Amino acid sequence: MWKAKVEVMPKAGVLDPQGKAVQGGLATLGFAGLRDVRVGKLIELRFEAESREAARTLVEEACRKLLANPIIEEYRFTVEEV
Amino acid sequence: MRVGVIVFPGSNCDADVQWAVEQVGGRAEFVWHQATSLAGFDAVILPGGFSYGDYLRCGAIARFSPIMGEVARFAGEGRPVLGICNGFQILTEAGLLPGVLRRNAGLKFLCRPVHLRVENADTAWTRGLQRGQVLRLPIAHGEGNYYADPEELAELERRGQVVFRYVTNPNGSVNNIAGVCNREGNVVGMMPHPERAVTALLGGEDGRRILGAVLSGEGVRAC
Repeated sequence: MWKAKVEVMPKAGVLDPQGKAVQGGLATLGFAGLRDVRVGKLIELRFEAESREAARTLVEEACRKLLANPIIEEYRFTVEEV
Repeated sequence: MRVGVIVFPGSNCDADVQWAVEQVGGRAEFVWHQATSLAGFDAVILPGGFSYGDYLRCGAIARFSPIMGEVARFAGEGRPVLGICNGFQILTEAGLLPGVLRRNAGLKFLCRPVHLRVENADTAWTRGLQRGQVLRLPIAHGEGNYYADPEELAELERRGQVVFRYVTNPNGSVNNIAGVCNREGNVVGMMPHPERAVTALLGGEDGRRILGAVLSGEGVRAC
């Protein structure tokens, strides 16, 4: 059994309204010196695969086909055997 | 003229679209997202709503519904497909239209009438309109902030794929874009709701000319 953690983030340079709102909230709370806040997603997958390479291939495909929209998002992931 | 209205779990403008199509003289029937055939339909509309609860991204899950393969085939034959609001989001996720709809720049859900300028009156759904004409239609969305990267955007502009532009930008969309079409002009997506503007009693009739364009058969013939 494998476990993958996929991190999906808005691409650099693409407006992130949620990040901006959180940044505004933190500034209101008095957090000083904030340069940037970006909000993304953490997705965990558990699945069967024959090897680490097969596991990475599967996750890569899942990211490409569904988990991230490449127009506005980028992703990275780790896989570990569990 | 038979129009198929695709119903996803979470669609909520399906009945409005059916009613509006009938108001302008067409016949509309619901097509459940698990269906796999569009046989007998002359046009297809993907209505607004919150398919699959907008989970992951708006439209991201709905694009894998069984009917979407058939919608892609139908579109590929040059037949008219219109995505309204969530339907537009689904068409971009499915790759049938370029770009993506992001969270509104101001983060608020916007529900109000807006003015749109017709930029392309040569698509299946805008042949009843004139370029430069200004329409008043309601919007109702939290994620209508259209985005395409600069190269793609330049291509869209060059090819005339921008169909509608907001007169005053409500949501941060690049180049004030409210609706786009595919290269062939038979697939159109728009955030405003033409089906909510087909009678004066509801605040306007400007939606009639969009739904009516295809019902008159002109849209089909030109494709």
